[in-house]
Amino acid sequence: MNIMDIITDPNTRWILLGTMFLGLSSGVIGSFAYLRKQSLLGDTLAHAALPGICVAFMLTGVKSTSYFLIGAALAGLVAVFLISVLTRYSKIKQDAALGIVLSSFFGFGIVMLTQIQQSEYGNQSGLDTFLFGQTASMVMSDVYMMMTVSFILIFTCTVFFKEFKLLSFDPGFAKGMGLPVVFLDYFIMMLIVAAVVIGIQAVGVVLMASLLITPAVSARYWTERLHIMVILSGIFGMMSGVSGTLISTSVNDLPTGPLIVLSATVWFFFSMLFAPKRGVLSSIWRRVSTKKKYSLEQDRRKGSHSS
Amino acid sequence: MNDFWIILVGALVAGSCSVLGCFLIVRKMTLIGDAISHSVLPGIVLAFLITGTRDSVPMLIGAAALGLLAVFLIQLFQSSGVQSDAAIGIVFTSLFATGIVLVSLYTQQIDFDLEHVLYGEIAYTPWNTMTIGGIEAGPKAVWIVGSCFILNLIMIFLFFKQFKLVSFDPALAAAMGIPVLFFHYLLMSLISLTTVASFDSVGSILVVGMLIIPAATAYLLSDRLSRMILVSIGVGVLSSVIGYYSATILDASISGCMVGSAAILFGLAFLFSPGNGLVSLLLKRRKSKESHA
Repeated sequence: MNIMDIITDPNTRWILLGTMFLGLSSGVIGSFAYLRKQSLLGDTLAHAALPGICVAFMLTGVKSTSYFLIGAALAGLVAVFLISVLTRYSKIKQDAALGIVLSSFFGFGIVMLTQIQQSEYGNQSGLDTFLFGQTASMVMSDVYMMMTVSFILIFTCTVFFKEFKLLSFDPGFAKGMGLPVVFLDYFIMMLIVAAVVIGIQAVGVVLMASLLITPAVSARYWTERLHIMVILSGIFGMMSGVSGTLISTSVNDLPTGPLIVLSATVWFFFSMLFAPKRGVLSSIWRRVSTKKKYSLEQDRRKGSHSS
Repeated sequence: MNDFWIILVGALVAGSCSVLGCFLIVRKMTLIGDAISHSVLPGIVLAFLITGTRDSVPMLIGAAALGLLAVFLIQLFQSSGVQSDAAIGIVFTSLFATGIVLVSLYTQQIDFDLEHVLYGEIAYTPWNTMTIGGIEAGPKAVWIVGSCFILNLIMIFLFFKQFKLVSFDPALAAAMGIPVLFFHYLLMSLISLTTVASFDSVGSILVVGMLIIPAATAYLLSDRLSRMILVSIGVGVLSSVIGYYSATILDASISGCMVGSAAILFGLAFLFSPGNGLVSLLLKRRKSKESHA
């Protein structure tokens, strides 16, 4: 299939729309997560979603995205709660708590997943598409769901922009101003859970973290202002979603999730190299030109001394 | 007999992972272990593609190279101003994604599916045997993971002081003339090796569980590094035994059950550890309140 065929195919168009909005919203919420040094929280929440999805399937016995999303969201809440309990009531540090919750939830998830696959439902459950994501398994209602949640996410981030900004840069000051810091903290985590939940169908639980982290880091290279960073990060996420989906539909049997991730990585490298001021090339150029200026100055001084 | 081999492989994986995991815990670098265990995938796939065999030596080399590459990239991005956790996230997701794309592109040449990548096929290890000089020498996995376990033990035993100092006070270690960076990369290469040796049996994600969870359990149960390492090996072995039998009862993934039992043991330690557990903490709190009253 060439690009034109793909774009005119109505089914693919819907899927493209879905991944586009997914990239946009996870890029936006990801920039707050990045600034709050919670990038890998998304990774943990994504892995934690697996047992939630399996429990939802075991209880209802049907493959319904909305039940799965509810299960994943609940599992995410439990994971957030456990992480805060572990760090508060023991000497376990934040990173270890993330790792413990991630791998235990995923371990339990795998146990349930294999058990479901052994049972009579067998492979028709299609749960394994959640591991690496497969947009081909998405139907129209899934796309509607992704778009609705994305709209809500972006809308919330716009409305609470000031509060989130304050919380990201100076939580102490935010508390002093009377903002409900703990509530906002959980609120942002909820938004991350929401982004993860709509993302796992397209990108898969293993790689979902990338959509939250990579666009935000790429955007950080280009600007020092938060609102520009958030918008840029959304755009990077959107472009990764679109190009990943396009490549995966044009080449047979390639899973969509990894391709979206790789597209995001390409944007990251592009930003790292070419961004003005913070990019690698511009910093090399700056170094060279400073050196040149300095040596010119030296030469001139020498010249004036000798004359 | 098969039961024994599977449990032995599980126990060896758990043992070699948890020895190294202790150092990751005390250095607050557990997520580096996560990153490495994901990043070795493209190395393994490339080794497959280049040599065309499932031979272990090229696989080990490829995986170790990619593991070190991941560590190097993470430090590179970190030093160029990216936050450390985000650097970890970018590196492992993109390397893992590369691996998956490679697997999907060359499915004909590579005979493992993506689920195997995640949770291994420890149940088949007893049939993949090795013969040395015409004598049946038991499953191959036992030899690979076993030698990895022994290597880890020897390294940690030989350089225990150095590793300990580097973990707790890198500045002092550097001042004393210990090559900090060398030991950092030594630890990272051991982790890469262990990851790939365990890869066939427990898969990439569950290596993470074995790296982190038994060591964290031991961290709650003991205050000395040497004792912590011993306890973590014990916890790892115990969870592989419990995991195997619960897997046969539940008819589910063996490696998943092993990590699940490690998680349950951790939960018990979190609640009931004599010095650090939640229960003893609450009791202490109540006692101090009573004495105040």
